[in-house]
Order: sequence, then structure tokens, then C-alpha cells
Amino acid sequence: MKIIIPSIIGAGAILTVAMMTTVGWDRPPIDAVQRGYRGLGIEHVYNPRVVDVALQANVPPAPPYEIDPEFELDEKASEFYENVEVLGDITTDRFNRLMLAVTEWVVPGGVSGEQNCNYCHNPDDLADDSKYTYQVSRRMFQMTRHINANWETHVAETGVTCYTCHRGNAVPENIYFDGDGASPSRGLMNYTAGQNIAGEQVGLTSLPTNPMAAFMGQEEEIRVIPLTALPEGPGASIQRTEWTYGLMMHFSQSLGVNCTYCHNTRSFYAWDQSPPQRTSAWHGIRLVQEINSEYLEPLQPLYPSNRLGPAGGAPKANCGTCHNGAYKPLFGANMAQDWPSLDSTPAVVQAPEMPAESEAPVAN
Amino acid sequence: MAEYQNIITPVVVRGPGHEGVALPYGEWSREGKSIYAYWLGKIGDAQIGPIYLGATGIASLICGFIAIEIIGLNMWASVNWDPVEFIRQLPWLALEPPRPEYGLSIPPLNEGGWWLLAGFFLTASILLWWVRIYARARALGMGTHVAWAFAAAIWLYLVLGFIRPLAMGSWSEAVPFGIFPHLDWTAAFSIRYGNLFYNPFHALSIVFLYGSALLFAAHGGTILSVSKLGGEREVEQAIDRGTAGERSALFWRWTMGFNANMESIHRWAWWFAVLCPLTGGIGILLTGTVVDNWYLWAIKHDFAPEYPLVVPVVPDPAMLEGAAQ
Repeated sequence: MKIIIPSIIGAGAILTVAMMTTVGWDRPPIDAVQRGYRGLGIEHVYNPRVVDVALQANVPPAPPYEIDPEFELDEKASEFYENVEVLGDITTDRFNRLMLAVTEWVVPGGVSGEQNCNYCHNPDDLADDSKYTYQVSRRMFQMTRHINANWETHVAETGVTCYTCHRGNAVPENIYFDGDGASPSRGLMNYTAGQNIAGEQVGLTSLPTNPMAAFMGQEEEIRVIPLTALPEGPGASIQRTEWTYGLMMHFSQSLGVNCTYCHNTRSFYAWDQSPPQRTSAWHGIRLVQEINSEYLEPLQPLYPSNRLGPAGGAPKANCGTCHNGAYKPLFGANMAQDWPSLDSTPAVVQAPEMPAESEAPVAN
Repeated sequence: MAEYQNIITPVVVRGPGHEGVALPYGEWSREGKSIYAYWLGKIGDAQIGPIYLGATGIASLICGFIAIEIIGLNMWASVNWDPVEFIRQLPWLALEPPRPEYGLSIPPLNEGGWWLLAGFFLTASILLWWVRIYARARALGMGTHVAWAFAAAIWLYLVLGFIRPLAMGSWSEAVPFGIFPHLDWTAAFSIRYGNLFYNPFHALSIVFLYGSALLFAAHGGTILSVSKLGGEREVEQAIDRGTAGERSALFWRWTMGFNANMESIHRWAWWFAVLCPLTGGIGILLTGTVVDNWYLWAIKHDFAPEYPLVVPVVPDPAMLEGAAQ
């Protein structure tokens, strides 16, 4: 007993210090919910305390006021205001309410001592579109409408609003830049292969820190697992695999889920064993690729230098931009239904359509 | 009773220092005088030193120092020589092998050349240490079992960092030098080759790994449990079985019908330990060279079970659309 008690105290002290000084520790309880066939570890692991915090942080704001249809004037915003390119097809009443809400969603406290409206508008002439913020937000309205109208494969009927990403920030919190994670070092020892540092976008692993640049900016091949038992020519390298692995950690972190949310981990590649969520994620990757290349990257010339990344690129979206740690943004709250004006324009860029009937691929 | 369950050795022998047998002509002398360490005596022999370094020992330490230095300086450079970040990020930092484009050619220093150099010196250090272990065992008139057990571990190390990369035609296939990075590499390796779980040699390696732990616990427990009857004198018990040996043998015959004897238990243990890296190395060497997807290989050979589906089967959207990815 003389030895046992000090040993237990010592071990406890070491573990406590390790818990406080290193990352990734969670105080119990850790709960698990089975999501697949028994015994396969296909389960969602979560901590109710963490979930409580996330639930409170993901409550959508109500519209600033209700519009009584009886008193709603049938006057289009484009008739009342000048220079309304995107939202001209909604009534002035709805337009005004949307402008008020957007201000709360994007610059609630005002920025740099300016009035909220003035973040985008010239107070002397509200139709003046010379501010870069005015032009960027015009493009963002187009993007929001485009996503809601053409990407039901990913956003379904829930849709997105400005708030899905902005959450009261002028720039959404979870974004990435090309050139993030580049080695800070110069000279003869500057090779890090884009990895081997605690990557904040890849679940604090040592995997490639900016896989989004490869897969969401450019469209590099994500799949690395061969479809034949025996080798048939050169396949993906292990380093290549680590980039895909990093992307998957980014998914996991952005959605607050395990690998098994989308995969049966005994066979990551096999679609015939994957939960249907994997299909949504597949479309999500294409959605992000499209909004980065069609909407976000082309805005680069508009931005002042303090909005640009280390390599001079525009801020881009990744999974976390909308999801913010929740498996569905705002835990699936259907905020877009309050704002039909954000979902009323036909496509500018056509998204791929899924045929209704098709032969299923044979994975093995 | 408690003393037999204690991790601390109850008896610490302390006599005049034993400087070792006379060395044969031409050998280096041993370094330093022996000293006594009371607390180390609680878990092992209280006498510390003298140590025999010899030519291979010195050369091994120098090569090892160079390897650690190359790895450490590259890690430090990767946080731009920031000492605080170096400590904070140390588990994440690594020296990465060259990119696949370089194949087996020698890349520039800052694109994997340092990795090759570090690997060369680390391998030289390990092999020299092996020679030293072999030579010391011979000098003491012992068998060379420890050297061959170490060689089994070196086999796995060489397969991972040298033999398999040669077979695959690329240094990029090798493991990075780093704490978390080598673990991420391991996971990526398994994912890339369709789940190493279905690699039979991987399975064998795990059997011998866990089996070694089980045997170690069973043997340690058995001997400690009869040490009050003289059971820890295993060499005498092997030849002239006393009541300790009889009781421990009977215990295992009663509980599982069969028992090792005082000699064979050590052969079991040695082979279990040695077979762990031997089979593991074979499993790694076959991966990518002979088998590309272990899960599909297991299906082909009918040992991957099928599970009832509890979610609707979803088709691969890329196949439906003919998309690039």
C-alpha cells in the first residue's frame, strides 16, 4: 500500500497535466450512437456538453419583423430604387427588410466606426456601387440564389442564407486562402511537403494543412484507393493519400462527425456500403468547387490587400464556411424559408443533374 | 504477501563492484568505474557500469547523433527556427521523404535529400549497434539470440524505409521521421491499400504482438507466484525440477491441460517476439508490390464477411454522371 497510493496519485497527476497541456482531450461523458450494423463501430461519438454549446451557437435569428401581406405594396424594389440588379424582382417591403436583416447578419456592430449601412453603401447615394463591399455583396446575393436554385442535391429544401456563413461577421470565420500552410522557412531546410505542423483546418493532425487548395480550388483527383485486388499500373502515392486524408479530416472537423458518418471504414471507397450522407458530401465538394471558381475567386481584383491571403488570393469557401461544426448548417434549421427572395432566380451556372434511374456501379 | 505483487525488487544486492571477465587480447577496455544507484537497484541491478563502447559502439553513436541532428534541425527549420514553436509543435514536426516525382534518384537536399541522408546515418547507426551486440555476445561466450531478435526488428525497419521503397521504385513510399507524421503515414498506408486489416501477415504480426504480451504476463506471473519456493532460479529448475517448477507446471496443466517447461517457455517467448516483426515485414513488403487492395483481395479469397445493410445502397454519383472525380 505504501507504494500503490503514491503510484496512483502520480499517474493521476501526470494524466491531469497531460490533459491540460495537450490538445484534443475531452472530459467524459462520451456517448456513442449506433448508426450501422452491430459490432462494426459504425457509430457517432459525441460529448453532450460539446453538443449543448454547439446547439446554442447555431440558432438562426428570426426575421427583424413580419410583413403583413395585407399591407404589402405591390411595388418592385427595382421600381423604387435605382441600380438594383439582383433583388429587383422582390417587393420594396421585402427588399427593405432583407437589407435590414443582412446588416445584422454581416456587420451587426458596425465596422471601423462606420454606420452599419455604410459598410456597403455611400450614405449620400445608396445606389452608388463604387464600394468594393457593395459589389462583393451583390455577387454574394447571386451566389446564394444560385445555390438555393441549383444545388438541391446538397442543400435540399433547407437552403442557405447569408447568415449560414456570415454569423455576424463581415468575413465568415471558416475560410481558406491559397498559400495557407506554406513553410515559413527559407534556405536549405524549407521542405515540409505542405504538412507536419498542427493543421487547424484538418483536425489538428500533421496531415497536409491546406488540402482545400488542391481539392476545392483546383479539382485534383480525390480518390486514391484502387478498384482491383492486384496492382495494375502505378496507383496513388502515400503522400497523395495523405492529401485526401487531410481533406477528409477537414470534412470531419467542419461537420463535427466521425469517418463513419459517410463511410464504412472497413472499405472507405466502396459506395455499396456507404451511408447516403456520402452522396450529399460528394455534391458538397462540387458545390464548393463551383462557388470558389465561379463566384469567390473572380472577386479577387475587388478586394483591398488586407482581405487577401498570403499568396494574394481571394478568400475561399470550404466545408466549414457553411457548416461551422454542425453536420447540417444551423443543425438543419430551415432559415431560408423565411427568405424566399434568396431562392427565386434561375441558374446562372448549371449544376450537373442526377438522372433518376441508372445502373448502380459494381464496387467489388 | 504484498511483496510478491510489488513492482519493486524486495532484495537489493550491494557488494564490491563486478568489473566483468578479462577481455581477450586486442579488445578495447571498458569505460569508467562502476557505481551504485540505490533507486535503480529497486527495479534492476544496482551496479551501473562499466560500459563497453568499442569501435562499433562509438561509430554507432556518432552516426545516430548525425541522424538525430539532421532530423531535429530540419524540424526546427520548419517552424522558422522558433524555439517555442519547436517545443510546442514537436510531436507534429517531421523530416519528410522526397516527392514521388524523384523516384529513386537523389533529390536536392531541401526536397528530400536530408531525408535520405538522415536515413543513411540512422541505418548505419542501427546496423553498427547490431554488430556491437553480436560481438559482445560472442566475447562473453554467449549465444547470439539477442542479436538475431534485434535483427528481426531491423528487418521490419528496413522493409519500411528501404526494401519496399526500392521495390516500388520511389523513396516517397517510405516513412517520414516524426512522431505524429509517422502515425498519419501508417493510417494513410492502410487506407491507400484498402485496409491492412485484411492483410493476413498483418494479422499474424498482431497475433505475435499480443501473444508476446500475453506470454510475458503469463510467464512473469507464474515465476513470481512460485518465487517464495525458489522458482526464480529458472536455470536450476530446468535441470533439477523442484517444487516451484512442479507447482507452476501443474498449475498450467490443471488450467489449460498443457504447459511449457522451464526452458521451453523462453523459446516460446523468443519466437513470439521475433515473429512479430518478421511477419509484419512480410505483410508490408507484399503491400503495393503484390497486392493493391487488401479488402478486395479478402473478398476474392472469401474471408471478408458480408454484413446486412441497414442503410439504403447509394450509387457512386461519379459513375452516374461520368464526372471526372
